[in-house]
Amino acid sequence: MSAANSATSGASKPASTREKPANKAEAVADWADGRLGIYSLAKANLRKIFPDHWSFMLGEICLYTFIIIILTGVYLTLFFNPSMGEVVYHGSYAPLNGIRMSEAYASTMDISFDVRGGLLIRQIHHWAAIVFVAAMLVHMMRVFFTGAFRKPREVNWIFGFLLLFLGMFDGFMGYSLPDDLLSGTGIRFMEGAILAVPLVGTYLQFFLFGGEFPGTDIIPRFFTIHILLIPGVMVGLLVAHLILVFYHKHTQWAGPGKTEKNVVGMPLMPVYMAKAGGFFFLVFGIISAMAAIATVNPIWAYGPYRPDQVSTDAQPDWYMGFSEGLIRIMPGWEIRAWGHTLNMGVFVPLMIFPLVLAVIAVYPFIESWVSGDKREHHILDRPRNAPVRTGLGAAWISLYLVLLIGGGNDLIATHLHLSINDITYFVRVGFFVIPVITFVITKRWCLGLQRRDRDKVLHGRETGVIKRLPHGEFVEVHAQLPQDKLHKLTAHDQPLPMELPAEVDENGVAAKTGILTKTRAKLSHGFYGEGSQIAKPTAEEHHEITSGHGHH
Amino acid sequence: MSHDMSEDKLPESHGSAGQHEVASHGDPFADPGLPAHEPRRTDIDERAAKRAERQVSLMFVVSMLATVGFIASYVAIDADKIVYIFPLGHVSALNFALGLTLGVALFCIGAGAVHWARTLMSDHELPAERHPIEADDEVRADVIEQFKTGAAESGFGRRKMIRNTLIGSMALVPLSGVVLLRDLGPLPEKKLQHTGWDLATPEHPLPLVNMNTNKPMKAEDIVVGSLTFAKPEGLEEDDETFQQQIAKDALMLVRIAPENIKDKDSAELGFEGILAYSKICTHVGCPISLYEQQTHHALCPCHQSTFDLADGARVIFGPAGHPLPQLKITTNEEGFLVATGDFAEPVGPSFWERS
Repeated sequence: MSAANSATSGASKPASTREKPANKAEAVADWADGRLGIYSLAKANLRKIFPDHWSFMLGEICLYTFIIIILTGVYLTLFFNPSMGEVVYHGSYAPLNGIRMSEAYASTMDISFDVRGGLLIRQIHHWAAIVFVAAMLVHMMRVFFTGAFRKPREVNWIFGFLLLFLGMFDGFMGYSLPDDLLSGTGIRFMEGAILAVPLVGTYLQFFLFGGEFPGTDIIPRFFTIHILLIPGVMVGLLVAHLILVFYHKHTQWAGPGKTEKNVVGMPLMPVYMAKAGGFFFLVFGIISAMAAIATVNPIWAYGPYRPDQVSTDAQPDWYMGFSEGLIRIMPGWEIRAWGHTLNMGVFVPLMIFPLVLAVIAVYPFIESWVSGDKREHHILDRPRNAPVRTGLGAAWISLYLVLLIGGGNDLIATHLHLSINDITYFVRVGFFVIPVITFVITKRWCLGLQRRDRDKVLHGRETGVIKRLPHGEFVEVHAQLPQDKLHKLTAHDQPLPMELPAEVDENGVAAKTGILTKTRAKLSHGFYGEGSQIAKPTAEEHHEITSGHGHH
Repeated sequence: MSHDMSEDKLPESHGSAGQHEVASHGDPFADPGLPAHEPRRTDIDERAAKRAERQVSLMFVVSMLATVGFIASYVAIDADKIVYIFPLGHVSALNFALGLTLGVALFCIGAGAVHWARTLMSDHELPAERHPIEADDEVRADVIEQFKTGAAESGFGRRKMIRNTLIGSMALVPLSGVVLLRDLGPLPEKKLQHTGWDLATPEHPLPLVNMNTNKPMKAEDIVVGSLTFAKPEGLEEDDETFQQQIAKDALMLVRIAPENIKDKDSAELGFEGILAYSKICTHVGCPISLYEQQTHHALCPCHQSTFDLADGARVIFGPAGHPLPQLKITTNEEGFLVATGDFAEPVGPSFWERS
């Protein structure tokens, strides 16, 4: 049929020489392929291999909660009125009847009490946001501790970091929108922080708020940023993030048959599609159930915002607790000179906050600089095999937790019957001390685990069988590990620390060693030198032990 | 149920150990290669497979029922109905019903799909090749050559005047965007330096109005050890700028027995032991609302800055950088408390221009 057509319509017109489609579905696919090129696209991806490990679902949770946030967010915009116009409440929540409030707060009350299902969507939106940030943080830890951020994935680490950063700020803005007493207090905190910026602080504040605090512009402005600007940027970053994940292919754990040159797992269609697609529904289902059972942000209990009122236990959502901790533990240092005030008590925490985040962002570049490693890495590190990195990660988490204690010092004081001043003093010291202690403990712990791996490889596993030797000694029989286990336990790299170039070159002329090179060598020794890794067993050592006599 | 699997369908041997021990003669740590595939029960026993199929379908059916339940709840339950559910307490019946039915409907689709994938879809692990991200030298040389050709054709490097002016214009053009932001808000001017108490002068003192009763206050109404909140006369809740005004004007009145006031200047600004301090914390601007009668300490609940009201509201703990500003008060001829001027220094959080 098609051959006959092409013969009559002339040779200049390109015609399909394809066989006739077998059924309707193929016909539709053929139609689409002629316009969109779907076959070429699907050829590479339909049976794309995804390796399986439980920790790979953490990134999926981030993606799915983000989708849930967008879906529920669109619903909420249909009912929410981002206005600071004043109204008197006459809705169905009796305790606030006749109270003066902003339209933003009133419409949030209506969503919660008069729109059927509105409370549920609000709760799903807020819970999903909390899970989103938590999942991003844990996903990032997974990537960090397994070294998955190494070449070629450094750029994707940056994308992920930006997503976390934007997610935190969009969360803060969303939290502020209902204009309740708690969120208004949060905005007031932000205003005070902006005012603390030297030189331009007051100008920034007046431009952002459209005048003095609180003014009437901040909620509509936050609304636009919260629903349009930041989510728009995030969608772009997310797509780029996923494209890179697709392009790089997943990392995988060391194991039999797994190399740097392959990826072992299940094909996208059907297994991964079913599992990942199904997992979206699992996440959505669980968050819906959470929204039904556990109330988050009951704005009706706080009341509308007024600058002269506040409740105790004023807390941001947990992911901002980090900045809240910094602001609470900082001593109130103020420098007043030449008619100006530099508010160190607020400005210093304001600077430490992005600094701590930025250190995380650039970590992959620091590590590759220190190791001088230019190879691609697709096999993951077990955390124990990178003790310094693992120690740094643990130290960072401990810093986060210490600051979270600082940010919730009032809650801890009331719940554990402690003095709020003591907690604050503890956190002030802990800020400097606890990360160091955590680093040392974690590093030593990793080294201990490395020693155990070495033991297992060389001496085998304990069988629990006790043997009595002819001369009366009791020994436990150790069994050799199978080869796949031996391979797994010895597959990791052990980079050597960088050595400083010789002081004099071959002609006896003193070589100049820059401060940067010296620092790099020092750091490299810290990362990979003696005391930072236990030499993994060699084949010779293994041979000697297993072939010799008197060993067991 | 677990014993009805026919033995004859089991594979000959389990595990990869048998086939892969071979390689250990050379390097004991060498990669033995992908282990052999082990069949699952559902792969070899059709009855187990059928059972898994029924389980998957059951979950999808439960999801359908839950969606019907969601719609029924939406129609049948009033939005304002509150029920007691242990251990949650009093909750909205509609929220609870909608959330749980939606949760079950979604969860069961997911659980069904995952169960399907785990039991019935193939679990053969397959290897796929990775290709280096970096292009090979030939491609690299080719692209760099093409770029050089393009750059040469544009004359970008050769015509320096064009290049430099282009860079200049590109650098300047974003300034327009920045300048456009100017009208987001007015200039700060001296607005932060003044409050609503500014209207008060010694000739025309401004009465203090009780925040709760909206009435002027007499000195004798304030007892020792009490904390009262006040605002300037003339500021009403339905004023357009009320929120903005009260963010600066809010006042707290404390009465301390004159012999307990440590700071003499502070005592002089007050009236017979009644001291009027700004209610706005000097840290980041939260209203201070926790007062300890015995010690005369006031604590900000946001970041725990603590001020000693008996000692000129000096900061004794926490992140605030300077004392709370104090308002000079006295009484008028009728015995009502009045202010005779504004705070001596700006209230609220500090800022660069604050002297």
